[in-house]
Amino acid sequence: MNVLWLQSGGCGGCSMSLLCADTTDFQGHLRDGGVNLLWHPSLSMASGEEVIALLHSVLDGGTRLDALCVEGSLLRGPHGTGRFHMLAGTGLPMIHWVRELAAKAAHVLAVGSCAAWGGITAGGDNPTDACGLQYEDDRLGGLLGADFRSGSGLPVINIAGCPTHPSWVIDTLMALAADGFAADDLDPLNRPRFYADQLVHHGCTRNEYYEFKASAEKPSDLGCMMEHMGCKGTQVHADCNTRLWNGEGSCTRGGYACIACTEPGFQEPGHPFHETPKLAGIPIGLPTDMPKAWFVALASLSKSATPKRVKNNAVADHLVVKPAVRKTRLK
Amino acid sequence: MSRLLVGPFNRVEGDLEVSLDIADGRVTSAQVNATMYRGFEQILQGKAPHDALVYVPRICGICSVSQSVASARALADLGGIAMPANGQHATNLILATENLADHLTHFYLFFMPDFARPVYAAHPWHAEAVRRFAPDHGEQVRAATAARQRWLTLLGTLGGKWPHTQSVEPGGSTRAIDAAERVRLLAKVREFRGFLERQLFAAPLETVAALETEAALWDWHAQDPLGGDLRFFLTLVRDLQLDTLGPGPGRYLSYGAYAQPGGGWALPGGVWRTQTGEVEVLNPRVITEDATHAWLAHAREPLHPLHGITRPEPDKPGAYTWNKAPRLGGQVVETGAIARQLTSGMPLVRDAVARHGGTVYTRVLARLIELARVVPMMEDWLQAIRPTEAFCVPTTLPDEGSGVGLSEAARGSLGHWLVVRRGRIANYQIVAPTSWNFSPRDAAGTPGALEQALVDAPVREGEQTPVAVQHIVRSFDPCMVCTVH
Repeated sequence: MNVLWLQSGGCGGCSMSLLCADTTDFQGHLRDGGVNLLWHPSLSMASGEEVIALLHSVLDGGTRLDALCVEGSLLRGPHGTGRFHMLAGTGLPMIHWVRELAAKAAHVLAVGSCAAWGGITAGGDNPTDACGLQYEDDRLGGLLGADFRSGSGLPVINIAGCPTHPSWVIDTLMALAADGFAADDLDPLNRPRFYADQLVHHGCTRNEYYEFKASAEKPSDLGCMMEHMGCKGTQVHADCNTRLWNGEGSCTRGGYACIACTEPGFQEPGHPFHETPKLAGIPIGLPTDMPKAWFVALASLSKSATPKRVKNNAVADHLVVKPAVRKTRLK
Repeated sequence: MSRLLVGPFNRVEGDLEVSLDIADGRVTSAQVNATMYRGFEQILQGKAPHDALVYVPRICGICSVSQSVASARALADLGGIAMPANGQHATNLILATENLADHLTHFYLFFMPDFARPVYAAHPWHAEAVRRFAPDHGEQVRAATAARQRWLTLLGTLGGKWPHTQSVEPGGSTRAIDAAERVRLLAKVREFRGFLERQLFAAPLETVAALETEAALWDWHAQDPLGGDLRFFLTLVRDLQLDTLGPGPGRYLSYGAYAQPGGGWALPGGVWRTQTGEVEVLNPRVITEDATHAWLAHAREPLHPLHGITRPEPDKPGAYTWNKAPRLGGQVVETGAIARQLTSGMPLVRDAVARHGGTVYTRVLARLIELARVVPMMEDWLQAIRPTEAFCVPTTLPDEGSGVGLSEAARGSLGHWLVVRRGRIANYQIVAPTSWNFSPRDAAGTPGALEQALVDAPVREGEQTPVAVQHIVRSFDPCMVCTVH
């Protein structure tokens, strides 16, 4: 499968994350999976006129393009000209190249939340008029338009995340190379279901604190970060706490809140990232599939039953009360 | 005379185009264009100050932690916050992990592959360069990618994830390290040390760090000219005269790297001039940015970053890049590992720079020497962690004020300047290492460091993307996305 990788209005972090894929031989791993990188801005030898020749070869049909991966937002400004990102050496805006190349590709992949929705680059007043390939935040459209379908008939595959997890990308590419990926494998926002049908909350090591609503009050506390620290893990689609990052990490394991980076519009939450917005002392962002009244009732009940151990540890950065060792056999 | 537009320039971070005037097979003049603008300084306006810690890492996927550290320092300065010792050690470990990963990535994935190009086929070492450094199949490229992956698992533990780690706070690190984790991290540092000692240096780190003069370096090289990748590189330096290629301005800037709990720095900073061979104390008040040749609004005179403005003017006449021109007391400086090694007193780098100046050779050498020097420091910092003591103090920030955060990224000096009014960010200015190195001309027409370094670069007959130009550009390890944020 011939893969062309382009970077536009992003930070290159999804590529750097990709190189952290869990394998002892990254280059061999891709090759063995049937992935042939035609060109990648960080990993390829070809520079300058060699790259431009390759792009022309794709456009005139000389080189088959099975998958176009775009990393970074598409910058439409200023005034629709795309001049905030010119593809170096070509005198043409990147959005021009992306439109033309997408029309030739069997599959189009948005790698990361910038390419999927606009992402962090679309924050603030969105000075560059950044958007995603087929979405602008949660609205269909983006650079390629709501009706766009790649050669395979699929919409843009949104491997969202900021950055995206290396194995979300590798698994998607491998499945496409093996012809094992269909429309059913996409969730309603066209994210691969294998990771988007999970919640960040699943597998969170702070789940005991969550159960008892024993909450962290400051950075580095061990408690649940939902009540005060802005954590959105119970609502956010991604398997970060079961498919770990860099060997053994995740945001919540690292001591900071899930900021919903796989979701459209995460860059402008409407409140400070590390504070939980509340109404009458109750967080607004409760788990979406649970009746609010039940949640409030259960939370107040569990809070009143919180063991001292959980309560005290929640507001410390290491265990101050250890689980008791009883001299009775466990039953 | 002819003109050449070179791009897309890959194996650098971000988007770069270089415009060259060429006469008699040499570059006579260069203009460096950062071709993409995202506007983080605009995006940050009006945000809650602490939110900067979410936005700024996302300026850059290769040095996201560096951005975090600079921002955390600016917020700490604003709030008068001091980290506990554990927080300092953890922050240094996080930053060093990223910086060393960047050095490794730069050498193996970005810089060395150019020597596997067919243009060098006639040289005796070419087949070996292909075997080691061809981007897809090169044995050392693949081994280094694996070592990098393993190395960055340190940040899985220390910071939850990388890139876009958010564990770095003004008050320390949100991820406490327990005693068992500390020994596991030490084991991983030793694993990386093993890779460096077997593959890169073919010698103990201490042996490399103890080389004091160029004479000693070349004696060590002569013992085994192809043994390890550093000595292989030195073989190329001799054959291709990389010690004369890409001379910088001869002035070097470092803010100081890895703040120590008792005060001071593991790698002290300052300004180094080849001319005098002495470290001068840095005065950050004389840093200015000149936007004359940037597609950005400019004031009547260059502004200190605390008063800086960032407003796109895409139709501005005479502009050719999105990068402003930073100056130190009006002068062009170079920043990076070479500057850190000079200001922190590394004798070999001082000796090599005294003889050759800042060149492709000395820039790459300084980076590899830094790998040898900092890994043992990381072992010490891990030993110094006290698992039952605090890693982080809470952050309380005033509604009015300003803060400065100076730090060292892999590629050099990174500064954040922040002004807060009524509890919101009123101004946020960032001067990245590549802003210094890849600066355009200023109002006086003085070219930036790379623009100067490219003058006189050889261009072979028929070359559209001159290989010497590629070596020079990549020797700076540019990060364009940071530059134009």
